[in-house]
Amino acid sequence: MKTHNMIPASRSISLYNAIKGQWLRIFSLPNGLLRSQFIRFGINEGERVRCIERLPGGTIVLQKNRQQVAIGHLLAKEIFVLVLQTGEDEE
Amino acid sequence: MNPGDTHPTTPHVEKHRHAGLSFLEREIDKTKIVLVGNPNVGKSLLFNELSGMYVDVSNYPGTTVEINKGAYRDAEVYDTPGIYGVSSFNDEESVARDVILEADIVLNIADATHLERDLFLTQQLIDMGKKVVVLLNFMDEVKKHDIGIDVENLSRFLGVEVIPIIATRREGFEKLEGAIERAREGVQREELHSSLHAMLKMVGSQAEALLVLEGDPFVSERHGVPPGTERDEIYVGRRNRVNYVVNRVLTDVSTKQRFSENFGRWALRPLTGIPILAFALYLAYLFIGKFVAQDVVSYTEKVVGNTMWEPWIRNLITSVVPQSSWWNQILVGEFGVITMTTTYLIFLLLPLVMSFYAALAFMEDSGYLPRLATMVDRILGYLGLNGRAVIPLILGFGCVTSATITTRLLSSEREKTIATAILQFAIPCSAQIAVIAALLAGAGFAPMMLYIAVILAVLVALGTALDKTLKGESAPLLLDLPPMRLPGLRNIARKTLLRTYHFMKEASGWFFIGALAVGLAQSTGILSVLQQFLVPLVTHWLQLPPEASTAFIMGVVRRDFGAAGLYHMSLTPMQITVALVVITLFVPCIASLMVMMKERGWKEGLVIWIGTWVAAFAVGGIVSQAVI
Repeated sequence: MKTHNMIPASRSISLYNAIKGQWLRIFSLPNGLLRSQFIRFGINEGERVRCIERLPGGTIVLQKNRQQVAIGHLLAKEIFVLVLQTGEDEE
Repeated sequence: MNPGDTHPTTPHVEKHRHAGLSFLEREIDKTKIVLVGNPNVGKSLLFNELSGMYVDVSNYPGTTVEINKGAYRDAEVYDTPGIYGVSSFNDEESVARDVILEADIVLNIADATHLERDLFLTQQLIDMGKKVVVLLNFMDEVKKHDIGIDVENLSRFLGVEVIPIIATRREGFEKLEGAIERAREGVQREELHSSLHAMLKMVGSQAEALLVLEGDPFVSERHGVPPGTERDEIYVGRRNRVNYVVNRVLTDVSTKQRFSENFGRWALRPLTGIPILAFALYLAYLFIGKFVAQDVVSYTEKVVGNTMWEPWIRNLITSVVPQSSWWNQILVGEFGVITMTTTYLIFLLLPLVMSFYAALAFMEDSGYLPRLATMVDRILGYLGLNGRAVIPLILGFGCVTSATITTRLLSSEREKTIATAILQFAIPCSAQIAVIAALLAGAGFAPMMLYIAVILAVLVALGTALDKTLKGESAPLLLDLPPMRLPGLRNIARKTLLRTYHFMKEASGWFFIGALAVGLAQSTGILSVLQQFLVPLVTHWLQLPPEASTAFIMGVVRRDFGAAGLYHMSLTPMQITVALVVITLFVPCIASLMVMMKERGWKEGLVIWIGTWVAAFAVGGIVSQAVI
């Protein structure tokens, strides 16, 4: 679960480029209050989430269990994720 | 330690926070029970249950956040705004934080279908050393969704009592009384102990010590200590603890998609979301625009206000103050402080505002608004706003005055300014839309399109210009999308009444002042001087008949008055378009000017107001010169 720190950054993509339906692992979040807010919502670095919507323009909706979070396109560009294979972990 | 024993007042409180503390200290001996929870978890229903009918609504000093206070037996009960955690990320949190710091007992309401999210706040309250009882709401949905929650184990992990409830059906409420008596401190995370212990020596209570460690700037300043830098570590530790607990008490095997979930997804996507929005707006229009604004108001304003109240009070006043006198004009004349203002406030504004708040509460409680905000986020980004701004902008089509108040929910001053300016310049309110639509329908298709194009162009130009010129950046969108639910009527009624009461309390004074100013302007002749002053501008630049200047001046008082004044003039279709452009771009009405001054400060309010005059005549003139 905590192996994300060992994964090379080059494999991560910006959340902005995620595709609807993809399973993702959060690689890095921006610092500051927004990071804390993500952690409150249960979306921390290392968590496995699903991109359930990518709206025109790049607004992203992530789902973790029952929690859904909408992320504006500019914020999505600052979040980096690893794409997982069909819901399975990469480990 | 017992948090009830600590005395939170310190000499280091900054000004408005101090006012905040004294606000809570009026009855210092009484036990303070504070309701805390994430947004839309049923706090208000519970507050209602505990406090009964008597509720004291007050603005928390220095902020625009409302706090409800009631009485439960010998204790005081406080409702707090919905929050995801205790800190000072926004006004709501700061206010909730201060109320929580004063709490003897915290009733934490959690959404049982969203334990992962909600237990973060629960664990934080426990880490603060507060005496807590957890109320697990929405247990009916838990059953429906095939979720299993081991309540006993959850209680053991948290170290506090956990009571399953269904707030809408009042199930589980009978256990409240005993549980409040058994409220206790929960299982605090051991890794916090040493740093908390060190901080406790410098600040008064464990709760405040924790907030300082978590870097809360206000609490730190109060105690004259530098804010801690460990927030990330503490938050991650708390998150891991919550995940650990949730993994052990929750079984969620449901795989079937429910209608509400599907509907929630459709509301997000433009292809399905735009028709859903159109339908929602149509329903709101039927309710507010047709039923209340036409049927209800035509009775309350025209019958009760104009033919019953006004003649009665006019006769009464005239029997004391002679009709020819200056005072009579001011009190019961055309813009009389007693006649016009009361009719507007009670017989026109009150039913309208109530219906807006009811519609808003319905959309809020259903979980639709955050999805709408998500759908339009990218578009509003071009105007320097984020998706949340859709709420005041949509409300503006109902009543710009109450919409201006809801700009409070935007996160930065910059966004509040942009949204307020757009509302005041380019959004016609329902009262005006009716008159505009009637005039444009008579004018034909081309003028109608021209009018819509000009107003839209001004809206986009204004938003873009403010976005480019105002300093700073707009906050990015990060929104929790709560589950879609059919709202409970009791809660809607409650929210509507409380907000309406609060709105009336705030707006009334300003309304009287506005009416007094116009009344004075009329009786001193300033009003007619202003009308004469506008005549050359109206006839040469706008190419309209001179009487139009009266309509414009009346438009300052109420925009639909202005538009209605155009009814009786013989105008060409293009002249109608020009006149309507001018009237739309004006500041909506006296009430909205007053509310704007209050919300945004008199300087900014005045700049926007003068701006609307300049823009109205400049744009109207350009259109006139181009098409007439």
